[in-house]
Amino acid sequence: MLKGNNLWFRYGNRQPWVVEDRSLVVAPGEVLGLIAPSGYGKTTLGKLLAGYLLPAKGTVTIEGRSLPKKGYCPVQLVFQNPELSVNSRWRVRQLLQEGCPPDPAYLEALGIHPGWLSRYPHELSGGELQRIAIARILNPSTQYLIADEMTAMLDANTQALIWQAVLSFTAKQQVGLVAISHDASLLQKLCDRTLMLADGPSSTAL
Amino acid sequence: MLTERNQPPSWMHPFGTDWLGRDMLRRSLQGLSLSLRVGLLAASVSALIGTGLGLVAGTVGGWVDAVIIWIIDVFFSLPHLVLLILIAFAVGGGTKGVIIAVALTHWTSLARVIRAEALQVSSADYVQLSRRLGKPSLWIARHHMVPHIMPQLLVGLILLFPHAILHEAALSFIGIGLSPHLPAIGIILAESMRHLSTGYWWLGVMPGVLLLLSVKAFDWLGENVRSLLDPKTSQG
Amino acid sequence: MLSISNLGITFTQYDQGLRRKQLTVITDLDLDVQAGEVVAVVGASGSGKSLLAHALLGILPENAAISGTMNFQGETLTLERCRSLRGRTIALIPQSIGYLDPLMRVGSQVQRVAQLAGCSKAEAKASANRTFARYDLPEDVGDRYPFQLSGGMARRVLVSTAVVTQAQLVIADEPTPGLHPDVVKETLSHLRELATEGRGVILITHDIEAALQIADRVAVFYAGTTVEIAAAQDFSSDNLRHPYTQALWRSLPQNEFVPVPGNQPSPEQLPTGCLFSDRCSWVSEICNAERPQLRKVREGWVRCVHAEG
Repeated sequence: MLKGNNLWFRYGNRQPWVVEDRSLVVAPGEVLGLIAPSGYGKTTLGKLLAGYLLPAKGTVTIEGRSLPKKGYCPVQLVFQNPELSVNSRWRVRQLLQEGCPPDPAYLEALGIHPGWLSRYPHELSGGELQRIAIARILNPSTQYLIADEMTAMLDANTQALIWQAVLSFTAKQQVGLVAISHDASLLQKLCDRTLMLADGPSSTAL
Repeated sequence: MLTERNQPPSWMHPFGTDWLGRDMLRRSLQGLSLSLRVGLLAASVSALIGTGLGLVAGTVGGWVDAVIIWIIDVFFSLPHLVLLILIAFAVGGGTKGVIIAVALTHWTSLARVIRAEALQVSSADYVQLSRRLGKPSLWIARHHMVPHIMPQLLVGLILLFPHAILHEAALSFIGIGLSPHLPAIGIILAESMRHLSTGYWWLGVMPGVLLLLSVKAFDWLGENVRSLLDPKTSQG
Repeated sequence: MLSISNLGITFTQYDQGLRRKQLTVITDLDLDVQAGEVVAVVGASGSGKSLLAHALLGILPENAAISGTMNFQGETLTLERCRSLRGRTIALIPQSIGYLDPLMRVGSQVQRVAQLAGCSKAEAKASANRTFARYDLPEDVGDRYPFQLSGGMARRVLVSTAVVTQAQLVIADEPTPGLHPDVVKETLSHLRELATEGRGVILITHDIEAALQIADRVAVFYAGTTVEIAAAQDFSSDNLRHPYTQALWRSLPQNEFVPVPGNQPSPEQLPTGCLFSDRCSWVSEICNAERPQLRKVREGWVRCVHAEG
């Protein structure tokens, strides 16, 4: 179980709190949706859960233990904008090797063309690049996946393709998935439970 | 050969001849090659200092960064040529003096550029992601930092040559550079000054033009290498 | 008002050092826009949507070669005509606040746009203030810098930059990237208003749901060509003609959420026949032989030999 316990976060001691006393639980294999208007700290919460930011108060734990500081983090975050999550001077081949080399079955499921391997990131479209960013973390070491508006910038077809591939991965490997999005109909199709961040610390709605 | 003294430029001697009957083209080319070698050595040492300090400033940050920035600012605020002459004089002039002087004064621009690049890379999302994927700092330095720094280093180095060459020429011209027995461009230009009033204009103008053209060539090369190395600008 | 036929755009690029290659990014693109209507241009990233906007404004990069015809208000759109019309008769609503000068106050920027469109300084200032008021922006918004605007306010300021020009044709390039549904709705309604006032509006987006909220007609782009031009109602009334459009509709989460596998072909490897042939369930021999022409089918246009009349 990935647990965020009473998380508080702000960007500086005199800044307003961005995340206030939030708690959530994700079980292996479960899909949790997070929905809220802009400014409610969805992305910040995602970064706290994945260990990119340290909470001012509260803890993030997996099976009771805190997130590892070194080595592959079992909680992985997929950013909304793939251009920022890749080194623009690397070729795709190198990008895919950065995590663990992914299972060819997932590469195929995501529709990643072998011809892309020798390309640079700026030669690929947003949708193609996002698939590569996702392929990097579809491996046995990932236990929890946080998708921060992962397909918001993509067309409907690519969105459906990516989610089908990701859902088959999370189901097969019993990976807990937190889907952050504006799109209510998308979350309805994907999620077992949805958390509405606008309504207070830990209210839930289906 | 002495019978062909002070000949103006002609087909046989495109740069003319000097007062000892030496072919000026041959002399100028020799001088250029010497100046180039001196310039290359000085520029390389300078580039190394600049890259090292820039990298440390950008990655370590904190007070180390503040100190290095302060040193860079001090160097920028001192009059460039004066500093050059002072250092060359202090270490005793000659070839060694020129190289040390140029090396110690030309690293600042490159250091700034490398520092900016290092700062940008270390705060990038993909570096944070790399850590989350389990990569240690040294791996990140080698695989993420280097591909961004290398092109800047290469271009910076190529663009440093013209500076180094010109300064060597300047120092030799005023007499604290290379030994007057060597045909460095600065020496040739200095010697030609004595003959200007006698109307032997080619002794100064031709080597000068050659120097100008070679400096321009390096500048052009540097700019084009820069756009070729960046995967984005290398396309159309 | 605007009529584009058989537009083609080819780029000459350097590949691996010094070798040159030709990249045909747009082939046989057809589109027409009337005054008073909103035409949505829908397609995946890489389908050529933004390039169309750039071509209309005459801001394609130097290594681009254009073929085909573009007619605006009865006359051909040459590069010189593009230059004289842009910012006056043809205006662009930029995609994000990043397109504004971060060091200049918003009011002065919008005012400058109006001046460039031909107004005097006083007229421009009045026009800018009127436009801000129209969109319910606070009086002091003109004194703010771009970074001081909230998301919704930023959207309204971006629309203002096009409205002050009194342009006849407004191009909105991805006006709602990853935005909250409420902000999307508001931005789109502003665009609809512009059309109702008699302008022609081209809405470029990958988001079909957003497009269908306000569009009269939808042009579907795929791999740099128009595959279908349909009325907005055709989507919900199951009246779509091209297999790609149908697949796109089916892949929405509200519908079946089923994708069509495969990828859009890259400009370097365009198939000789129909561009959708490698992913199409209706594919047959004719499809691979030659590219279909755009033909009229049931009040709409489609580029497919199998679409039924």
